[in-house]
Amino acid sequence: MNPRDIPREAFHAGGAEVQAIDFGYVRSPDQDRATPAHHPIVVIGAGPVGLSLAIDLAQRGQRVVVLDNDHKLSIGSRAICFAKRTLEIWDRLGVGQRMVDKGVSWNLGKVFLKDEQLYEFNLLPEEGHERPAFINLQQYYAEAYLVERALQLPGIDIRWHNKVTAVESRADGALLSIDTPEGAYQMDAQWLVACDGARSPTRQMLGLESKGRIFQDRFLIADVKLADEANFPTERWFWFDPPFHPNQSVLLHRQPDNVWRIDFQLGWDADPEEEKKPENIIPRVKALLGADAQFELDWASVYTFACLRMDQFVHGRVVFAGDSAHGVSPFGARGANSGVQDAENLAWKLDWVLQGRASPALVGTYGPEREYAADENLCNSTRATDFITPKSEVSRLFRDAALHLAREHAFARRIVNSGRLSVPATLHQSPLNTPDTDHFAGTQVPGAVLLDAPLTKQGQPTWLLRELGPDFTLLVFGPAPAWAHGLPGVKVLQIGIDVIDHQTLAAQRLDALPRTVYLVRPDQHVCARWRTPTEVAVCSALARATASAV
Amino acid sequence: MLNTQPNLQACDDFYEALIAAHQGLSTPESHAMNARLVLLLANHIGDQATLQHALQLARGSAVPTADRRSTPAITPVVPTHAVAA
Repeated sequence: MNPRDIPREAFHAGGAEVQAIDFGYVRSPDQDRATPAHHPIVVIGAGPVGLSLAIDLAQRGQRVVVLDNDHKLSIGSRAICFAKRTLEIWDRLGVGQRMVDKGVSWNLGKVFLKDEQLYEFNLLPEEGHERPAFINLQQYYAEAYLVERALQLPGIDIRWHNKVTAVESRADGALLSIDTPEGAYQMDAQWLVACDGARSPTRQMLGLESKGRIFQDRFLIADVKLADEANFPTERWFWFDPPFHPNQSVLLHRQPDNVWRIDFQLGWDADPEEEKKPENIIPRVKALLGADAQFELDWASVYTFACLRMDQFVHGRVVFAGDSAHGVSPFGARGANSGVQDAENLAWKLDWVLQGRASPALVGTYGPEREYAADENLCNSTRATDFITPKSEVSRLFRDAALHLAREHAFARRIVNSGRLSVPATLHQSPLNTPDTDHFAGTQVPGAVLLDAPLTKQGQPTWLLRELGPDFTLLVFGPAPAWAHGLPGVKVLQIGIDVIDHQTLAAQRLDALPRTVYLVRPDQHVCARWRTPTEVAVCSALARATASAV
Repeated sequence: MLNTQPNLQACDDFYEALIAAHQGLSTPESHAMNARLVLLLANHIGDQATLQHALQLARGSAVPTADRRSTPAITPVVPTHAVAA
């Protein structure tokens, strides 16, 4: 079926129906041209990263072609944990509320050793944020809501059944060869963004590598649908060496539709083909849930993983985002979440360059910013993996020592690492930051994502992040100086005038005094702040944040 | 900086107590106890630079840093998600 004719209800149906949506092939006029059509932006891959990028660009007025070699949404739940920052980005893209409505919100994690709870952690211990630390949501639902949104935007042209077979990188773009059910055609892309996953055919076609460490361990994912409401709360439960699965780890997580994700560590010697068989999975699940538990096996997968990244994410006019650029272990939910942050970092930069408001050097800064973030994600993901699956005798010795001490001693609970869950990287070293000249306390340094806070606007509740502009925002505590209103493309948001910080949480989180000013990027990162800035200082920070000559 | 000047209140008493604490343990049990002891003492010291210095002195040479990027290129292994039969 032509994707634009798919009824809206199909995207709001249950899991089986959503996974069954078949996006038909539609012939593009590009295929009848004598010479390749020219497109400003081509995105390869209609997963969470490619779709988020396309929607962001289209909302900014750009035209985007999205090529996908498949014609279905994600098969299986796959990436189930979507972090607060991802939800905030999706709020800007118009799909956050839908994700939260369907998803299971959670903030609390518990860690067990054998059958004893070692400790619990709250990922969002304070009030006054619109979004929870995490929602769990099957990847196919997230993709369905993103596709539905993309289909509403006339600037996006998603072409299913379009497989890129060759990429020729040029100084001013890339020439793509594409296979379809009706034969091959070519197109020119001024900018090409590869969001085509961990195996990235684009990366391979360009002869580029993603390097790092493989982990010699196997894990089994079993998604089980329980007949009754389970006795488990909506929390992340992680066991080291549980009685029902000795000497290995197990993770239990709730998804919508009363489906529970159970992740069993199997060890390197496990036979993936054997372990995938339901007759071998069901006893493992029963050992956890009880012999008389009523459940259906919804989806299962045996996987290994690696922590990898490309040396550089920008290669001329070809940019890599998401798993194609960096791969992490699943402990920490840092895969899809970091990919969506890649997309948001790139979208406004491409838009500014294509509008002629900045030079291609601005897109160039996507590389170091997101490579830095990838390193932080890889570091956290690798450390968690080394703790969960120690790979030497001495590593195991210290791991067990920490677990042993954690029963009695608070300090050792901090060492226990069952995954440090995704939070956005603070881009400390970014060339787009203007270093502080005034003294500030707290976390909101240049490079940090702006923290949310509850506000009111004309008596109605709202949130700080929702009040930011689509481009830069000058956040002023108190009345803005007259010159601020003349800054081109900058939204001036006066706290205390345009919006009211009735709980003073914005002021507290930003360590603000009267006249304090924050300059916030289109991707909601702080890039400069002052106690009392001059017009020259703000203009200079704006130029720096867009990689323009100062 | 780690203090390597004599600092133990009762040097011989401590040494005797250390050996005595291991009495009756098998070698693996002793290794496990030593690992717990390292973590307990490290937490008491707390300061990262001091601990780094101790690691270096204990090893007797430069301590390798956890460089996750230095490994040679390898064939990427990615999650293989296959639906159960």
